[in-house]
Amino acid sequence: MSTTPRRLRYVSANRRVREDRRFVAGMGQFAADVRTANTLHVALVPSPHPAARIVAIDASAAMALPGIRYVLTGEELAAATDQLMNGLDTPQVQRYPLAIKQARYVGEWVAAVVADTRALAEDGAELVDVSYEPLPFVIDPEEALKPDAPIVHAPHGSNVLLDRTFVWGEVERDFAESPKHLSFRVVWGRSSTVPIETFGITAAWDPWRELLDVWASIQMPKYADQIARAMRLPANAVRVHQDVDVGGSYGVKRGIKHTILCGYLARRIGRPVRLIEDRFENMRAGDAHGPDRIFDVSLSFNTDGIIKSMKMRALDNAGAYAGRAPFQLGKPIGAIVGPYKIQSVEYRAQSVTTNKAVQEAVRGFGQSPTNYAIESAIDKVAAALGLDRIEVRRRNFIRKEEFPYLIPSGTRYDSGDYHTVAAKVLDHVGYTALQAERDRLRQSGLLAGIGIAACLEPSGGNSSFEPLLNPKNTTSTWMEACRIHVDALGDIVTTVNTTSSGQGHETLVSTVIGEILEIDPDRIRVLRPDSLESMPSNSPVGSRMAIMLGGAAFHAAQKLKQKLIAIAAHHFGLSEDAVDYANGGVAAAAGDRRLTWLDLVNIAHRNWHLLPQGFEPGLETNHVYQVPTGGTLPTPDGRVQMYPCHSFEFHVVLLAIDPDLGLPHIKRYAIGHDCGTVINPHIVKGMTLGGIAHGIGAALFEEFVYDDQGQMITQTFMDYLLPSSLEVPEIEIVHHCTPSPFTVLGQKGSGESGYLGAPAAISSAVNDALAPLGIAVAKLPIRIAALGDAIAAARQSSKS
Amino acid sequence: MKVELSVNGESRSADVEPRKTLLDCLREDFGLTGSHTGCEHGVCGACTVLLDGEPARSCLMFAVQADGYEITTIEGIAPAPGELSVIQDAFCEMHGLQCGYCTPGMVLTATALLRDNPQPTRQDIVEAISGNICRCTGYGQIVEAIALAAQRLALANAPKNVPKTGQR
Repeated sequence: MSTTPRRLRYVSANRRVREDRRFVAGMGQFAADVRTANTLHVALVPSPHPAARIVAIDASAAMALPGIRYVLTGEELAAATDQLMNGLDTPQVQRYPLAIKQARYVGEWVAAVVADTRALAEDGAELVDVSYEPLPFVIDPEEALKPDAPIVHAPHGSNVLLDRTFVWGEVERDFAESPKHLSFRVVWGRSSTVPIETFGITAAWDPWRELLDVWASIQMPKYADQIARAMRLPANAVRVHQDVDVGGSYGVKRGIKHTILCGYLARRIGRPVRLIEDRFENMRAGDAHGPDRIFDVSLSFNTDGIIKSMKMRALDNAGAYAGRAPFQLGKPIGAIVGPYKIQSVEYRAQSVTTNKAVQEAVRGFGQSPTNYAIESAIDKVAAALGLDRIEVRRRNFIRKEEFPYLIPSGTRYDSGDYHTVAAKVLDHVGYTALQAERDRLRQSGLLAGIGIAACLEPSGGNSSFEPLLNPKNTTSTWMEACRIHVDALGDIVTTVNTTSSGQGHETLVSTVIGEILEIDPDRIRVLRPDSLESMPSNSPVGSRMAIMLGGAAFHAAQKLKQKLIAIAAHHFGLSEDAVDYANGGVAAAAGDRRLTWLDLVNIAHRNWHLLPQGFEPGLETNHVYQVPTGGTLPTPDGRVQMYPCHSFEFHVVLLAIDPDLGLPHIKRYAIGHDCGTVINPHIVKGMTLGGIAHGIGAALFEEFVYDDQGQMITQTFMDYLLPSSLEVPEIEIVHHCTPSPFTVLGQKGSGESGYLGAPAAISSAVNDALAPLGIAVAKLPIRIAALGDAIAAARQSSKS
Repeated sequence: MKVELSVNGESRSADVEPRKTLLDCLREDFGLTGSHTGCEHGVCGACTVLLDGEPARSCLMFAVQADGYEITTIEGIAPAPGELSVIQDAFCEMHGLQCGYCTPGMVLTATALLRDNPQPTRQDIVEAISGNICRCTGYGQIVEAIALAAQRLALANAPKNVPKTGQR
């Protein structure tokens, strides 16, 4: 591994984020801002039933409307395309953009209407007459497991997509030998990241060049490959324009069904076709919901609070198609014991189909729900033993000298100093004073509680949960790449080979290259080539880009620096170790001979006679970087190295509830955050604050609720509540830096920070507040109405 | 229907259906794509423009209703191409954004706030932007950016970028 520079000049400095300028001026280029000539617009015909046979589709009235160009049905589309990628080995759970013969959730697209304007397309969609024969349906995951349950995909034979039990270590022995046990259930309600920009795409087919152009609001690995496969095109006939700015994603912008639909229509009709979801379409049929999970947890532990073993069953309601949901049960295996030294674990991962909308990847990829279950367990151990919640965490934390630390499920945690981070946060908030403040609030008539959560953010995106849950998948390569080109005038162009949705990748890559080459990052232009011109990428998933794009940029820059050193050494007639690189130039270690950046550029581009033998003209380097610690497949007993890096966060929350309204108010929120070396402090801070806001939403407000008729009843922002500035308190961040030994600069991931612990912390605070009433909540989100009712019932029963 | 609208100090005309929103008209007919579509039911604030200087939801208004107002969009805020207003610059300084989608609405809301209330408290800022939803930042750096802009505007005693116009 290359050595890091002695003193960091740009990395970790409070430098501006270069992307911001275009956005504050309203000059971003989002999917809906893309203009193509002669474009047609799509609106969808949704299923009003959670399950129904499609008897007939009559589009004649719609087609009679002036301006309507086409009405597409599922049968036609399925005949011309292959099914959408299915990660698991469940060949009978087939998914196409439009329903075929049967609709499986409310809102599922049954037909697509294409018209001159979006408004006309919507008019046409209202005129498409679909005859349905309603079928039995199932919404609840436990009902879906019963033998007599309606089966969502009859050819599959059951609703079970995945049911696998892993046993890592001597679970039964540890349970038998432990003096204490407890069991509980917690439930994570279905929410999502719900970006303010919905999914949007324009597709255009050029029959003369045989090329499909795609402009989309996308964040997805191997997007172009998936398009090519489903559309039966060569991959080099699909060109995804990656310079489209994505208006927020946090995992969910994966509109592959939208893309195949528009791609097919563009080819069929011979004009560009555009689909920009409206909010309604996005909420109920954008296939972008998050985990929806029941946890049953048992623990065995000693009287001193040391936890010996854990059994966790996670039952996830995947919705109507496989999507990414089952894999979101797999990723948490890489941090299944959280920051604790639990020596054995039994984990049963169950994913079932129901007649709800489809899940997509959501920030943390299943880790935040799992962290909520683990942290609930720690609070319960403390309560069972009458011990302090923080002390129980301290006693179980992995100690800093024990890293790299191998957890039972096969991942080696890179580094951490959990005791110090916790101590710093408690010192920062003045924990004794905080407890006194809670007690003062209680005396004033409020219910008040302190919440604690400690958790990990696995980062780096080595997605070995895929081969773990699907043995037919043997992928062990998870790369990211960077190209650096120095032109003949000495100016630098570099590449980001994927889309961005606010993570500041242009700032990241220019900062790292500037650091290594010792030149001002603002002098580096960052391009986003289209997918045909790009190097391999796995896109920004799994908190990976600081590690992976940072790593690729680091190595590409080191290679460039090495070239410059070789050119200069050759010029001076010296060996490479007799010259020094500094500030873009190279000097002989002895004497005063020096070549500046421009001298070196001139030799590389114009003086073939001065280049060392074997050098190509010009100055360009590439690096494709494989994920650190990655590259191995799972063992037969289900152990695998998941992500390489593990950031740590420790949350402390003071919350008060008005007992008459059930309205929680966050009085204070502090987080200790350790993501190793920070590349840009503004970006990391923003992600942490934004993640906590998102976690507050998941804990208190946000849920896709289905009624007993299978209808989704939270379809607008007046029902699905997003935290505003009034609901998010001022948050105090306490920094700590434990560098990762596995990355080029010691960096770890931060894209999911805050979100991974905030729901657990708020739940902990609410339950501390409710403890004097003898009640507890065990389901997120903790809606105000439910909380108010529970408090009223508890007060009533204490009076009677 | 033909409409003639005053946008960023210029008179613009378009032939629109009566049902077309002001937002769609600005974006599609005038090419002003800095105003963004978020929810189209008046909750998220991504479509915020200033009408006679006051923040308004351009998704909740028909283009034909906007006749007679002075409309300011985000494209009318930068003093010159490549030159940021004090508020825009403060958003860059504090990184008061990530994906940039809610940002035009935030900048316009902040512009109206600081014109009317040059020395806002933190609570004033929080309340002013509470009708603009941001999913990236958790609002912290947005509040910091607006506070910084207020401080800089006070120090510079600079003229505000948006003219204060009377009520209709």
